[in-house]
Amino acid sequence: MKLEMRGIQKSFGPVVVLKDMRLEVDEAEIHALVGENGAGKSTLMKILGGVIPRDSGEILVDGRPVEIMKVRDAERCGIAIIHQELSILPDMSVADNIFLGSMPRTRFGLVDEVEMRRIAAETLARLGLEVDPRVKAGSLGIGQLQLVEIAKALIKKARLIVMDEPTSALSDREIERLFEVMRSLKVAGVSFVYISHRLEELFAVCDNLSVIRDGEYIATAPVAELSFGRVVAMMVGREIGDRFPPKTNKPGTVVLETRGLGRAKAFREVSFSLRGGEVLGVAGLMGAGRTELVRALFGAEPADEGQILIDGSPTKIDSPREAMRKGLALVTEDRKLEGLFLGFGVDFNIGAANFPALGSAGIVVPGRLTSYAERLVETLHVKTPAISAPASSLSGGNQQKVVLAKWLGREPRILVLDEPTRGVDVGAKREIYEIIDRLAARGVAVLMVSSELPEIIGMSDRVLVMRSGKAAGLLESDITQEKIMSLATGVSSS
Amino acid sequence: MKAHFGAFASRFASRFASRFGSLAGLVILGALLAVLSPDFLTLSNLMNVLNQVSLNGLVAVGMTFVILTGGIDLSVGSILAFSGVLLAALLKRGTPGFLAILAALALGTFFGLANGAAVARFKLQPFIVTMAFMTIFRGATFVFTQGRPITGLGDVGLFASLGRGDIVGIPWSGILLLASLGAAVFVLSRTVYGKSVYAVGGNAEAARLSGLAVRTTQASVYAISGFFAALAGVVLASRLDSAQPLAGQGYELDAIAAVVLGGTSLSGGRGFMIGTLVGALIIGVLNNGLNLLEVSSFYQQIVKGSVILLAVLADRMK
Ligand SMILES: Nc1ncnc2c1ncn2[C@@H]1O[C@H](COP(=O)(O)OP(=O)(O)OP(=O)(O)O)[C@@H](O)[C@H]1O
Ligand SMILES: [Mg+2]
Repeated sequence: MKLEMRGIQKSFGPVVVLKDMRLEVDEAEIHALVGENGAGKSTLMKILGGVIPRDSGEILVDGRPVEIMKVRDAERCGIAIIHQELSILPDMSVADNIFLGSMPRTRFGLVDEVEMRRIAAETLARLGLEVDPRVKAGSLGIGQLQLVEIAKALIKKARLIVMDEPTSALSDREIERLFEVMRSLKVAGVSFVYISHRLEELFAVCDNLSVIRDGEYIATAPVAELSFGRVVAMMVGREIGDRFPPKTNKPGTVVLETRGLGRAKAFREVSFSLRGGEVLGVAGLMGAGRTELVRALFGAEPADEGQILIDGSPTKIDSPREAMRKGLALVTEDRKLEGLFLGFGVDFNIGAANFPALGSAGIVVPGRLTSYAERLVETLHVKTPAISAPASSLSGGNQQKVVLAKWLGREPRILVLDEPTRGVDVGAKREIYEIIDRLAARGVAVLMVSSELPEIIGMSDRVLVMRSGKAAGLLESDITQEKIMSLATGVSSS
Repeated sequence: MKAHFGAFASRFASRFASRFGSLAGLVILGALLAVLSPDFLTLSNLMNVLNQVSLNGLVAVGMTFVILTGGIDLSVGSILAFSGVLLAALLKRGTPGFLAILAALALGTFFGLANGAAVARFKLQPFIVTMAFMTIFRGATFVFTQGRPITGLGDVGLFASLGRGDIVGIPWSGILLLASLGAAVFVLSRTVYGKSVYAVGGNAEAARLSGLAVRTTQASVYAISGFFAALAGVVLASRLDSAQPLAGQGYELDAIAAVVLGGTSLSGGRGFMIGTLVGALIIGVLNNGLNLLEVSSFYQQIVKGSVILLAVLADRMK
């Protein structure tokens, strides 16, 4: 399908988000849309999907103007959108989630469960996800849910599929799988709009690329003619230096150690040590038990075997409060479900892990909360309409920075990061890397789970690789993508 | 600069509307009644309204805490009744009023805690838990009194003034309500505990991972609710100079209505205490007005229900 959007404008109250934005996507084309956090990418796509109304502008499908006012209109035009924020109903089955709103019927008008399960299983298998479609969606991990969300778009047989950061929780293997599916659909004439802050992906799968900056159209060009640095420069409007800051930290003595740590059905026999001033990367495929490991360290779901030692002495961590008392902080993987109070102000969200310190004798001093939050908003360059604006009104990347701010404000000794730059743009990623490096240089011990191998390699002093719930190996020097992947998959790549 | 001010003004206006929409409703209702009935705006009638509102208001203050965490407390009416009869029984035995009141309040708090423990510790649905305890506490009240009211409690001191006395024409119970409300406003808006209440209702998992005491918060709001139900029970017993085992039936619904009319979301995390006062006043003024206008009590119920529906609808439209 050929899509044109022209002169699109959108404001939220006084905040102008899109001014004269345009986008052209050809039949059987994979079109990348890039821009910084808050540039307006998701807003443009929500307009295309009929989720929010536009103020002005027009949308043309195959050269003819169409009226898209509701989600149904977009679907009728053959447009399917995978939104950045997942919209999964945790208490319904995977199959129900996939077919929500378009359930197949039997001759008698009842929901055709058998057919539904068959198609669901088939579609998921195509994406490389082997789960029983009857299980509740809530029992799946975030990466698996992302695949379910993608399956939702696939079964609609759309002619244009918008993917707003579909890979932020996927690991390289699932991403490659997704790309194969995209390429084969492209051959069948399907078009894509692809949004991602992992620029490598754009070079791997996209044909053309459009840049949006501060709600304005900047340029469109074939991906083949662009370099990494060029794309970044167009996005932020200036050159930024290297992707990773020069490392200035010096690992010191061991502050955290685990011996044979495990939790039933999640992970087992994980032993490692983490030194002050060190960044220890944790790599592995989706479902390798990385998130479960860090959640156990933080007492969210406490470990049930093995030992945790802090400063050499064995400790029990059975609740997040306990972990926090011992100087730990955990930046969780899923900001919407576990990190944020979406309807609450940015100031509340930033203060949430630190209320007692923001007042005295249990009484919160409002001015202190505001200035505390403002200071962190400034340090992290969070783009927010106001300090008390609800977190839900921030763009995805800025929401992520709010979660970071919440924990950095506590000045933890041991900082555990689970996918810290998920959905964060290149410029902001570089800022976050600088912050991590600065903390490490000051002696903070950093444990960083990430599915982005360049990030793991660029930031870590050592890398712990996990496979199927166990520690598969520890890389101390000459860390390469190949070494990590061969440990992570158990297949040597030579 | 101008745009900035415009933004500020519109934000202020929208916040004002969302906070005080119910207040506008109350003012309109009051104005209407003032026109329709000459008796409405008299000082004695207004004090009468305050007196009437104080019972529901006290219960609603506690209910607001519970609803802010995303829970509900259906057992308040039964707690009110048991506290009342306990108080009456103690007074009959010659226990000093002060001690008897303390005992009644402690009992209410303890009953509330039972609700809270079941909800927080065993992760049971608040609706079911408090419905079960509503029945249990009511039954216990009947057992305790053998189904008979306890009357003639004596006419002296602290106890008597709570329900019947006044200072310069302002009923004691009204003062008690306003003081409770002030304390509740302070706790919710200015303390770590208050922040936790909102956080638990907004996103319990995020609250837990932020190191907030989620279970303690959940359990304690029911204790607070139980405490205020007992306080209302004390005021009622004092006002009637007797305690009825059937007292407080249906109070939970009036309290929930007041909280919701005040703009607090039943799904938790959003709302504020002053709204609850306005909500309670709307219900009180409506009752009073319909009585003044001599509307039959059958019709009164229809009117009351319709007003609640309208208010919630208006809230949705904003
Ligand atoms: N409902 C809303 N009210 C006010 N402002 C909003 C609302 N929704 C979005 N915005 C603002 O619009 C801007 C663009 O947001 P959008 O989500 O489109 O950015 P994005 O390009 O998708 O960013 P990201 O890469 O972080 O996902 C942001 O500054 C955001 O704060
Ligand atoms: Mg976005």
